Amino acid sequence: MRKTSAILAATLLMAGAAWAEPPAPGEVMFEDGAVMDSLTGVPGDVANGRELMNKGSGNCIACHEVSALSDLPFHGEIGPMLDGVADRWSEAEIRGIVTNAKKMFPESMMPSFYKSTGYIRPGDAYTGKAAEEPLPPLLTAQEIEDVVAFLMTLKEE
Amino acid sequence: MLRACAPSLAAMAAVLGLAAAPALAQPDEDELVINGETEIVTETEAPDHMEYLDTIYSGWRFRADETQALEMDDFDNPAMIFVDEAADVWNTVEGAAGESCASCHGDVSTFEGLTASMPKVDEDGELVVMEDLINECRTERMEADAWKWSGIDMQSMIALIGVQSRGMPMNVAIDGPAAPFWEQGKEMYYTRYGQLELSCANCHEDNYGYMIRADHLSQGQINGFPTYRLKQATLISRHNRFRGCIRDTRAETFAEGSDAFRALELYVASRGNGLSVETPAVRN
Ligand code: HEC
Ligand code: HEC
Repeated sequence: MRKTSAILAATLLMAGAAWAEPPAPGEVMFEDGAVMDSLTGVPGDVANGRELMNKGSGNCIACHEVSALSDLPFHGEIGPMLDGVADRWSEAEIRGIVTNAKKMFPESMMPSFYKSTGYIRPGDAYTGKAAEEPLPPLLTAQEIEDVVAFLMTLKEE
Repeated sequence: MLRACAPSLAAMAAVLGLAAAPALAQPDEDELVINGETEIVTETEAPDHMEYLDTIYSGWRFRADETQALEMDDFDNPAMIFVDEAADVWNTVEGAAGESCASCHGDVSTFEGLTASMPKVDEDGELVVMEDLINECRTERMEADAWKWSGIDMQSMIALIGVQSRGMPMNVAIDGPAAPFWEQGKEMYYTRYGQLELSCANCHEDNYGYMIRADHLSQGQINGFPTYRLKQATLISRHNRFRGCIRDTRAETFAEGSDAFRALELYVASRGNGLSVETPAVRN
């Protein structure tokens, strides 16, 4: 056991602290809805996280208002406003919410962004056609980290 | 069922001291009278079968004033061109049998009330919607080709028939032979489809009145269908709307004219029991 972790630690050092493989969507460990460790070991890119809030499979502002993104049009009102979210939640909690919000808020309307199986009539993106599981998760492990990094900048204090 | 969302959200907002619900959160207070004479019920008590809503609203109440205005006078309503065209088709002989709609049914006003009671279960125990009734006449009695489900000739005729019931309360039967179809539709309404795992109820029951990106969510009522959508500049069928909403959950959608959508149509129509038939409505 101890030997393995030593080897693991050494490998990690060599890899520049990046995990060789991020955990598959079904393998992420949650503690009370939070995910303690980075999914990739690579620090999140705030600028890319900001982009994802507006675009593609992230599109968080479809449901959330964010003052820091007021340059972008049409923020939704379905979820809570995200201003000051980093004061309300720890980084691990935010990672948990973005990874799979239903672990923190059972039955939440918020989509699970890092999940690939267990859907009813899964489709191929927005084509309306069938797709087979596992689906690519809505966000990749690194994109989750990027969005988390952006959210961690949303402090009011 | 899926009531977790809205209340917990409100509770959370309260706990966190977030701003109260934004101004747009409700339907507006406007009243709809078409051509200065036909009063339209756009808000009424929810039918008894509805467990989670007390009041039902027409989608008209969620639209901007400019869009609303287009429905208040038939001269401004862009859908009326299609209704006029259908009135010509009503009298036109087509098919091997040498018949027109008029040769069997006389004036289209004989269909007053029909739209308010659709979908319904026919003598054979099958759930039928207006498209089925029309295509049965076309293929069996006129010996003409069936129309495509969401084709403009089909939807124009449905709008013409719908206008005959304008102002009458929606009143579809959900008991007796309709009950199993209604249950099937209800089940669909609360199923969280697709990779976004969203049900009709998530958007149209838990969150009507709120913005989702640029869209002001309504209760997803179908009392105004077929609807003229400004974005598409044409008449949109009920099943086309269902298909689009399910597709937008990143799901494998159902086909227009499928039994699943017939059942969903019955259920959704029943959620509007008490609202006036508003056909043809105008939406963005
Ligand atoms: C379809 C709607 C929807 C989308 C899209 C969505 N969310 Fe949410 N989100 C919610 C709802 C609703 C809640 C409130 C939790 C609940 O269900 O009670 C929430 C809660 C949160 C919270 C906790 C906020 C707080 O102040 O407590 C965070 C953080 C969050 N979302 C981030 C995101 C991010 C980041 C994205 C995009 C990658 C996103 N959300 C996309 C609906 C959504
Ligand atoms: C992700 C959110 C979402 C989901 C899920 C959804 N819809 Fe919609 N729906 C919309 C939006 C946005 C509109 C346009 C604004 C409006 O009228 O509410 C709309 C419009 C409609 C309309 C037109 C209402 C009118 O007055 O013209 C109907 C009918 C409808 N939806 C039915 C459904 C049904 C049935 C389902 C489930 C099978 C469903 N929707 C699922 C977002 C959704």
